[in-house]
Amino acid sequence: MDEALLRSLTPGVLTILVRRGADFAAAEDAVQDALVEAIRVWTADQPRDPKGWLVTVAWRRFLDATRADSARRRREGLVDEEPAPGPAPAVDDTLQLYFLCAHPSLRPSSAVALTLRAVGGLTTRQIAQAYLVPEAAMAQRISRAKRTVSGVRFDRPGDVATVLRVLYLVFNEGYSGDVDLAAEAIRLTRQLAAAIDHPEVAGLLALMLLHHARRATRTAPDGSLVPLAEQDRGRWDTKSIAEGVEILQAALARDRLGQYQAQAAIAALHADAPTAEETDWAQIVEWYDELARLTDSPVVRLNRAVAVGEAEGPRAGLAALAALDDSVPRHAAVAAYLHERAGDLATAARLYTEAAPKAPNLPERAHLTRQAARLNARRPR
Amino acid sequence: MAGSVSVVKATTMGRTTTEENTMAKYLLLKHYRGAPAAVNDVPMDQWAPEEISAHVRYMNDFAARLEKTGEFVDGQALAPEGAWVRYDGEGRPPVTDGPFAETKDLIAGWMVIDVDSYERAVELAGELSAAPGAGGKPIHEWLEVRPFLSAPPTITE
Repeated sequence: MDEALLRSLTPGVLTILVRRGADFAAAEDAVQDALVEAIRVWTADQPRDPKGWLVTVAWRRFLDATRADSARRRREGLVDEEPAPGPAPAVDDTLQLYFLCAHPSLRPSSAVALTLRAVGGLTTRQIAQAYLVPEAAMAQRISRAKRTVSGVRFDRPGDVATVLRVLYLVFNEGYSGDVDLAAEAIRLTRQLAAAIDHPEVAGLLALMLLHHARRATRTAPDGSLVPLAEQDRGRWDTKSIAEGVEILQAALARDRLGQYQAQAAIAALHADAPTAEETDWAQIVEWYDELARLTDSPVVRLNRAVAVGEAEGPRAGLAALAALDDSVPRHAAVAAYLHERAGDLATAARLYTEAAPKAPNLPERAHLTRQAARLNARRPR
Repeated sequence: MAGSVSVVKATTMGRTTTEENTMAKYLLLKHYRGAPAAVNDVPMDQWAPEEISAHVRYMNDFAARLEKTGEFVDGQALAPEGAWVRYDGEGRPPVTDGPFAETKDLIAGWMVIDVDSYERAVELAGELSAAPGAGGKPIHEWLEVRPFLSAPPTITE
């Protein structure tokens, strides 16, 4: 069975049901049922017209559910006079689906789950596994999300920025369980880029491709982190880099800069350097300045301090760092790195030790502890 | 439910077991503070870097092996810093306090296992405690083993 094909057909099938007059929540349930059915029966033989098959099965499921529901309501003496909603105007339906699933009334975790199911065609079980929560909890999250957006009109354009944030969250989740969320985020962003002409959508797609190109080199076989400077650049995915750079250049040429394009530009400068030493840090600092202007994020300014440290020396980096509140995540880790570069190994070791328990995940904690251990082993105690 | 008769037979460690050999869940708790001192008690930042790698590898392999045997349920690590929170009355936001540096008992993380017997739970905790530390020697860390209270058995008549 071709699962990739199945998943790519999902949003189209769902929008057909909605256009025929099914309400979004019921249509989405019906499509999910049809997907699960397809996974079950397509193993033996795939229908000649997979999309037609899905539409037929999903529509039948929708009618069955509606009939059961109205029979129940008649039994319970409830009025069933709601007129069927008229056909929604056929703007770009897939695009509308993205807007709906990333609606600002949804919490980010709900928007992510709904997007993966309704647009991505993942099953509830797969999404639950990817986010390490019980399937029943994920099913609840999705059905609550659908209730939240049930009053939203399907034909209103939404805000691209909210969609991008959702896709960015999916991408950053990386890889756990049997679903590669980073690859899924790239697929969904690519599909979005085909539906809407927007420089930030292109910027996000470029950013994802450029980061994804380095994925294999980011962790050692034992699961430990490999810092950018130590990664085996020969194993970076040059095809993905070339595509990312091309998409980014086309987007930048339109002169409507946004945070994803700026982030992608930084990633492109790293990807472009044949060795870590040849990295154009001065230009990276300039892009961080742009990014700080666009986002006003303390995390961006922290990363900028690292770049300043590389471009102008560790003392300048530490000076840039001094302007930041030390409650910013990873502040101690960055300070440790810059102190080591400045030759103050004792302070660096102390700061790495201090940074380790504050790390947001285990590989990062182990990495920081190892840095502290490395310096402690070198220094006479 | 006709046909499934379960007779309560014995109690071990405060939980009832049934005649059928049901699996029981145990929590293996690791402490930052509060446990008796380990035998090989050297802070991690004083280890050799490759000893840290060996330790991480041991922990990963242990979890992977239990996943294969079907005994692994969950494993999580906790950040050392948290806060105390309590209800402060109708219409008022909860009160938060801490973290307190003097807290005696500080949980670092846990592993939940689902095993055949209490003996098996102890055996696995022992293996986990043998994770290598400074000098590549086992840490002999004290782990706390706590049985889950189970749901009441289904009484069939």
